Amino acid sequence: MWEHRALYVAISPFYILFAVFGLFPIAFSLYLAFHKWDGIGVMTYNGLNNFKYMLTDAEFWQAVGNTFMIWIYATIPMLFFALIIAFLLHAPFVKFRTLFRVGYFLPNVTSIVAVAIIFGALFANNYGFLNYLLQSVGLPVVEWLDAPWGIKVAISSMVVWRWTGYNAVIYLAGLQSIPQTLYEAAKIDGASGIQSFFRITIPMLRPVILFTVITSTIGGMQLFTEPQILVGNDGGTGAAGMTIVLYLYRESFINNYFGYGAAVGWGMFLIIALFSIVNWKLVQGKSS
Amino acid sequence: MTSKSLKSLVLYTGLIGGMLISMFPFYWLIVMSTRTTSEIYTFPPRLWFGSELWNNVSRVLQQIDFWGAFMNTLFVSGLVTVLVLFFDSLAGFAFAKFEFPGKKWLFVLLLATMMVPSQLSLVPSFVLMATFGWVGSFKALIIPGMVNAFGIFWIRQYATESIPNDLLDAGRIDGCNFFRLYWNVALPILRPAFAFLGAFTFIGVWNDYLWPLIVLTDARKYTLQIALSQLNGLYNTDYAMVIAGTLLAVIPLIVMFLFISRQFISDIAAGAVKD
Repeated sequence: MWEHRALYVAISPFYILFAVFGLFPIAFSLYLAFHKWDGIGVMTYNGLNNFKYMLTDAEFWQAVGNTFMIWIYATIPMLFFALIIAFLLHAPFVKFRTLFRVGYFLPNVTSIVAVAIIFGALFANNYGFLNYLLQSVGLPVVEWLDAPWGIKVAISSMVVWRWTGYNAVIYLAGLQSIPQTLYEAAKIDGASGIQSFFRITIPMLRPVILFTVITSTIGGMQLFTEPQILVGNDGGTGAAGMTIVLYLYRESFINNYFGYGAAVGWGMFLIIALFSIVNWKLVQGKSS
Repeated sequence: MTSKSLKSLVLYTGLIGGMLISMFPFYWLIVMSTRTTSEIYTFPPRLWFGSELWNNVSRVLQQIDFWGAFMNTLFVSGLVTVLVLFFDSLAGFAFAKFEFPGKKWLFVLLLATMMVPSQLSLVPSFVLMATFGWVGSFKALIIPGMVNAFGIFWIRQYATESIPNDLLDAGRIDGCNFFRLYWNVALPILRPAFAFLGAFTFIGVWNDYLWPLIVLTDARKYTLQIALSQLNGLYNTDYAMVIAGTLLAVIPLIVMFLFISRQFISDIAAGAVKD
């Protein structure tokens, strides 16, 4: 053991920090979830009441529903566009590939605060750019930020804008790692372009698609800054932009229901875990 | 028209069209930052540059301590990045190239920690910071973030393949201990891997919003994102100023990204496909 001391010293910072700032808070949040506490006064044991309340709390379930709706509105177009961009970039005769990759990736570097402010202007009811586009082609304007679905579309489009390029870069790398000989062999066997797409490209891309679905699930379930900046702590008109983490934040840090906030955190953890497993099975299962 | 040139017409139209959509919000951000608030609120929207950029910027500088917040952000992001690079590469190198009792399950534990969502421990982390007396201090931003599982994992993947065992053996014969091997052999070889991990960390800390919003209580310690969100409170009164401030906060990141984009993007792609 002693001869390895330098190695243990080298890896110890992570485990020490994790014990203090990771493990302790997780254990404490479990403890907190069974208590009633406003952050200042006495902590009182509350049994399962926080969880019981959560199960009947309409606002919580609305937040869960909103989060899923926004995730669907965002993930489907995002991964679809990313795949198309990756295919276009992968074409053998395309030039300026690096320039395109940088251009598509740039939104990902921008801060969410900036993105939320710009999208607030894009979707604004009275002076927004989207309503200008709608009106200039003769369509009626939409009160984006007052309609429950409009708020969700605005939040989803921020996610799409920020993450499409990121996913396209990952798909492109996946496409480039498929051996060319597979396509040549298929061609010799008389396969059409469409056949080799569905028989070679899609199966070979499956692990990469799984990676993007899982990361966008985890990211989508944890959505916070976009709705908070765009529509505020109450989730906007009819709380249509209230996501789970925004709800957790409001209950804990605005209303000072720390115990209940911790319970919501564990509810969220369960939902993310279950949903990730379901997604995993769905994407993975088709191959077997 | 031949089928190949038709194909490339469709391809470039698609790629350029997509990129214009991707870049448009940046363009519009710049346009709005050169307009007055009342011009921004007019319909149809102005799509070309105005002359108010300097006025808007100077009001940002009056409203919030922009340079203070900028220096705070630069300090915190820079320090966290350096610490992450050091601690992650040290641990990643140890995991990649050395054997020691318990290595396997220590590494599994490390990977498992990546699965836990950080929001779960938001309240207890805040309580912990309050107990330590770190609320309102940069310590709350720096110390919990100075080493992370993702970076250790990522460096380990890179080090396993890129550092030749022969070189380490030669170093051992010359009497180098672990830290000498790290400093003289591993560090120079790992340097390219630092571009992605460093930029990823720096951008993440620079843009971090929720945690600083909770732990920073003193306006003199605000990071840019928090200072900007204070401007946002004045939303209805001076929107042009908010936009100009946003632009100022984004520019440094874009400049940095353009410098290292090639390495950064190929690294991201490599990491995702390997998994």
